[in-house]
Amino acid sequence: MADYIEAPANASAARKFMVWVDNRFPATKLWNEHVAEYYAPKNFNFWYFFGSLAMLVLVIQIVTGIFLTMHYKADAALAFGSVEYIMRDVPWGWLVRYMHSTGASAFFIVVYLHMFRGLIYGSHRKPRELVWIFGCAIFLSLMAEAFMGYLLPWGQMSYWGAQVIVNLFAAVPFIGPDLALLIRGDYVVSDATLNRFFSFHVIAVPLVLLGLVAAHIMALHEVGSNNPDGAEIKALKDAKGRPLDGIPFHPYYTVHDLFGVSVFLFIFSAIIFFAPEFGGYFLEYNNFIPADPLETPAHIAPVWYFTPYYSMLRATTDLMLQVLSVIVVAAALWAILKGRFSAAVKVAIAVGALLLLAGFGVFRFTGLSWLAGFDAKFWGVVLMGGAVIILFFLPWLDHSPAKSIRYRPGWHKIVFGVFVFFFLVLGYLGSQPPSEAGNYVSQLGTLIYFGFFLLMPWWSRLGEFKPVPERVTFAAH
Amino acid sequence: MKKLILSLCACLVLLAGAHASEGDIAWDKFPVGRSQDLASLQHGAKLFVNYCLNCHSATHMRYNRMRDIGLTEDQIKKNLVFATEKVGETMKNSFDPKQAKDWFGGVPPDLSVIARSRSAMGQGSGADYLYTYLRSYYRDDTKATGWNNLAFPNVGMPHVLWELQGQRNAKFVEQKDAHDPSKTMHAFAGYEQISPGTMTPLQFDEAVADLVSFMNWMAEPAQNDRLRVGVWVLLFLGLFTLFAWRLNAAYWKDVK
Repeated sequence: MADYIEAPANASAARKFMVWVDNRFPATKLWNEHVAEYYAPKNFNFWYFFGSLAMLVLVIQIVTGIFLTMHYKADAALAFGSVEYIMRDVPWGWLVRYMHSTGASAFFIVVYLHMFRGLIYGSHRKPRELVWIFGCAIFLSLMAEAFMGYLLPWGQMSYWGAQVIVNLFAAVPFIGPDLALLIRGDYVVSDATLNRFFSFHVIAVPLVLLGLVAAHIMALHEVGSNNPDGAEIKALKDAKGRPLDGIPFHPYYTVHDLFGVSVFLFIFSAIIFFAPEFGGYFLEYNNFIPADPLETPAHIAPVWYFTPYYSMLRATTDLMLQVLSVIVVAAALWAILKGRFSAAVKVAIAVGALLLLAGFGVFRFTGLSWLAGFDAKFWGVVLMGGAVIILFFLPWLDHSPAKSIRYRPGWHKIVFGVFVFFFLVLGYLGSQPPSEAGNYVSQLGTLIYFGFFLLMPWWSRLGEFKPVPERVTFAAH
Repeated sequence: MKKLILSLCACLVLLAGAHASEGDIAWDKFPVGRSQDLASLQHGAKLFVNYCLNCHSATHMRYNRMRDIGLTEDQIKKNLVFATEKVGETMKNSFDPKQAKDWFGGVPPDLSVIARSRSAMGQGSGADYLYTYLRSYYRDDTKATGWNNLAFPNVGMPHVLWELQGQRNAKFVEQKDAHDPSKTMHAFAGYEQISPGTMTPLQFDEAVADLVSFMNWMAEPAQNDRLRVGVWVLLFLGLFTLFAWRLNAAYWKDVK
């Protein structure tokens, strides 16, 4: 509890007012802790714009969302028309709607780049594990938010996309069909589904998102920001206890981010005003046809930001399960024969591998119903979910002695490059109609995606690391 | 690993040929400049209400929105509104869905945003599609309506603009499939005019272009505003970026 402070008699009215407030609410304290006296490393580069940009997009989505909610009708009979009403009859409605639809895609672009920054500079490493985990939870919530929001325009792609994704939950063993029913509130995607998705989209998930964003920033400001060198700036401080390589967030990074924001808004506006459909990637052409439960479109593709995961789902065929079985056997044999584990752990590995093989249906030839395992669709859902869940474990998968890519062996950059390349390829293939050739590439991409993370404890410590400097690299402007 | 590499190579080969599918014809390019041309849009509006609105509706499009293409409310009321008294109404029609189903095998789709929905990645814009589709009708006695269409095979809609274009036959030849010599392809080999229309082929193309430019405008009436406002927004943001850049540099010049 802070002591009560008296303002000097000759203080200005503004000063007296702040003293009055500070005696009742920690306004100045919060401002200083999080902005004016939050010391950030002075060597932030291009990649460090995306955190503040993600915040900006969140605000854009909330504000435009509020205005859209004033005119939108969450009713299967009216929803499509109400969006067109916004586009035509609501003053500046078209602008608000395009900001929101472009904002959804911009959010994912910014967040993907923000996550990639964390990955290459080791921002997930000790002591920032919780910053990373809160971030992953934000990503997961964002996916839920985007998925439910996409149903609301009630076009063909909204409808059938939701139908496909909700049906995935039906692949969960035992409770699946009931779970899917609970999500839809009906046996097919219908008015009931639209209403509950609307409710989740406009209040439930945004509340969770805001809470997580607050936690993400509080955790970050507790431990301090990482930087492109991965050096801890708190290790070297001046006489006043300020990090030698730190500068106050305000005004240095507020003005820096203002520049980032202006460039971002320029690109964002160029899309809104000159290519709001973005070639069918941000607004899918099929979604200008009202939802029709009786007519399935020839090609159903999720919006681009989900396509890498959708590719992994489609890649999981019986052939893929056979490949995975071989990998499981090889890994288990290697761990048992070569690994330095106790006998008990080795038995556990063997049992685990056998269970996994049984799950993949390897023992289906026995004809025993309890050895039939689960079908490829179920494992597709597991891989798709696992691809996001695995991100949460990154702080414990990465064993590199240097946090930042700058001080890691050169070939690590190639590993990151291959990972990013295949992530993009998976994304592209997920947006295309299924093809045999595309499926093989997706299967390879899926193996590379998971291999990148699951083998990280091994490969991330290999090679020649460069010494991390005590002070950050910084060239004065 | 060898298998993976082999399959990866196989994939690249197969991907190359994955896009060509049967029944699709290449879309003609809609003359884009017409979307900005008020006379073209107005002529298109006239064709639209006279030929399309009898069976189709455009339930999100208000008649008086056509003020944006240079018409007065009075002109709209006198020349373009047939189905209702109120110029603020949307373009509904009174076609009974059940009858539509009996006659054409389906309810004619609402046309408000048809131009946007018909775009296809790699093929062209919705306007390109409509411009091609409306000019690809030919006589086909095997069909209930007596009409068929190259861009939309077995289409339910008859050739509504036939009086303007006249009647045409389509000539087909059997060709060897270049990819598979054992198959023959039913290939289109040009039209053959049976009876003349009231328009020359060139006039007809222009009339369809006007109609499509109207439908394209109708799919997003705000599009011309959007482009106009967008230029100013980008000019402002460009200038703002310049100031933000210099402001940033001014603050950071002391950081050593």
